[in-house]
Amino acid sequence: MEQHEPVDHHEHWERHAISIWFFIGIVLVVYGALILGAGIYGLFVPPAHEIVLGKLHAGVWWGALMLIFGVIYVVKFFPKKVKA
Amino acid sequence: MQASAHIVSLGTIDIVIIAFYFALVLGIGFYLKRFTKTGNDFFMAGRKMTAWIAGLSFLAANLGALELMGWSAAAYQYGILATHWYWIGAIPAMLFLAIIMMPFYHISKAHSVPGYLQLRYGNSSRTLSAVSFGFMTVLMSGINMYSMALVMKVVLGWDIHFSIWVSSITVAIYVALGGLLSAIFNEVLQFVLIWAGALLIPIVGLIEAGGWTKMVARIQQNFAGADLTHLWRSIGSFSGNPMGIHWTGIVFGLGFVISFGYWTTDFLVVQRVLAAKDLRAAKMAPIIGAGFKMMVPFIVIVPGLLALAVMPGLVGESQAVATGGHSYNEVLPLMLARYAGPGLLGLGITALIAGFMSGMAGNVSAFATVWTYDIYRHIHKTATDKHLVRIGRWATILGVLISIGTAYLVMQFASIMDYVQALFSFFIAPLLATVLFGMLWKRATSAGGFWGLLAGTVSSIGMWLWVKVNPNALAIIALSPNAKAMSENMYRALWSWMIAAIVTIVVSWATKPKPESELVGLVRGCTEIPSEGHYKLYQRPIFWAGVVFVVFIVLNVIFW
Repeated sequence: MEQHEPVDHHEHWERHAISIWFFIGIVLVVYGALILGAGIYGLFVPPAHEIVLGKLHAGVWWGALMLIFGVIYVVKFFPKKVKA
Repeated sequence: MQASAHIVSLGTIDIVIIAFYFALVLGIGFYLKRFTKTGNDFFMAGRKMTAWIAGLSFLAANLGALELMGWSAAAYQYGILATHWYWIGAIPAMLFLAIIMMPFYHISKAHSVPGYLQLRYGNSSRTLSAVSFGFMTVLMSGINMYSMALVMKVVLGWDIHFSIWVSSITVAIYVALGGLLSAIFNEVLQFVLIWAGALLIPIVGLIEAGGWTKMVARIQQNFAGADLTHLWRSIGSFSGNPMGIHWTGIVFGLGFVISFGYWTTDFLVVQRVLAAKDLRAAKMAPIIGAGFKMMVPFIVIVPGLLALAVMPGLVGESQAVATGGHSYNEVLPLMLARYAGPGLLGLGITALIAGFMSGMAGNVSAFATVWTYDIYRHIHKTATDKHLVRIGRWATILGVLISIGTAYLVMQFASIMDYVQALFSFFIAPLLATVLFGMLWKRATSAGGFWGLLAGTVSSIGMWLWVKVNPNALAIIALSPNAKAMSENMYRALWSWMIAAIVTIVVSWATKPKPESELVGLVRGCTEIPSEGHYKLYQRPIFWAGVVFVVFIVLNVIFW
């Protein structure tokens, strides 16, 4: 009973579209790097705005975690070259 | 505004994070334009979304910034009772949509909920539903826009006009370019950002509070006599809980009518699963959404509870204005400012902006589809597909402009907000009766569907007006003079659903039904549902629906 769109339509999408997960990987890499960088900077120069539990240095491990996930997603969903 | 007048101040790195977000969502919109050539691409995202993308988008369209801010505030005000809106107020309905209703939405190839009503009942029901949905959607979008701009002013000190115009123009550009495809892509991105930005608050908060048990003990110490940490124990009577609600209202009003009405018939969310690539993906999408929905209280309710433990003393809005203190409406940004340093602060604010934009994109993409397919196409019957795509792009821009106009109207007349929010709720409960009877009862007729929908809507408006004119009527509508606004909404929804159902049944029995041959693909009993027997157990939607339902029961027992 299921119906599908014409094959060429899906093919165009599947062969040429960049995966959404790649974009998510990019944003995690950029944000992870920025937050990790800010966290490491904060180890040496404490921020003016004092935060509760600042000694946990959440920016360092949260940024690192985002960066790791981001790299995994970018590599796994990197757009492949499609033969014409 | 002085720097000290707002809650947080952003540094350069935070601004860079926010700016990158805006650049990325616009970039995605421009990139996806090349894939949206036809009406099917623009309005239905080509019906090629995987279960995961459709499911996360389904949830993200609902996970707006006001949802995050509002329910954190509700958790501070009412305690863990607010979790009902995420569990019993969502999970059964999402699973019902997946297993029972999705086959008919998908097999009928309906492009929208009014589109399904057109196929099942005919023009009258479709027109009533489309006009009310289109009108209310853009008004709600405007109200959310204004509320978000107000939040940005309070939290960051940003100019209210700047927030309104920058965010709405961005949404208008990326939705007008890539249609539903662009909205869905960005919603999935926004979903990830919301979690990345908000998840740190409960983690660090629980470390500060010393874990869940110690947090509960501190709440009981700070608010002795009030039960703020149990889901069901305190709702045996209207007066035994801070919400003034009874379990019957939660189970039947919220758990059935409001929840089923919203999650199964509000086109804003249903549109996302209609874009799934096949029936299995369409059924799995709401189940995946339900799985994540169960976890949302961790980033929304837990911060509110943590604030009860570590930040007691927040007050209501009017008292905060009078005393210069902080309102519990600001609890989420206050917790963000408490734990987030440079960079993380920018990520948290980006999460709020992402939440706002995903909600708004959901509104305008649904509006554009309903306007173009369910209203315009029936006026201009000879319009080509290319012409309809052009109309859809303009409808997107028009929808955003009306939303902006509404935002400015609300800025001048704040009471409009209450009226429009009430108006929106008038249509949800009766529509549920109309759609449910349409899908599950082949005897329901065109006249029954239309008059049921109309009677339910008019009676809902009537009950609301009755309480406005005579506050004593609350004891009749909501079964108790102690009932609060939320409780009144639930019982009003329940009565209007029942009226719509009774009228649908009575009128249907009195009128001639459609022949069964015209109901194939639309109604249970006339439609062959494809078997899933060839899938392995763990690939079947019913298996995962069962898993989600068991977890839902266990969570309710744990937090009983």
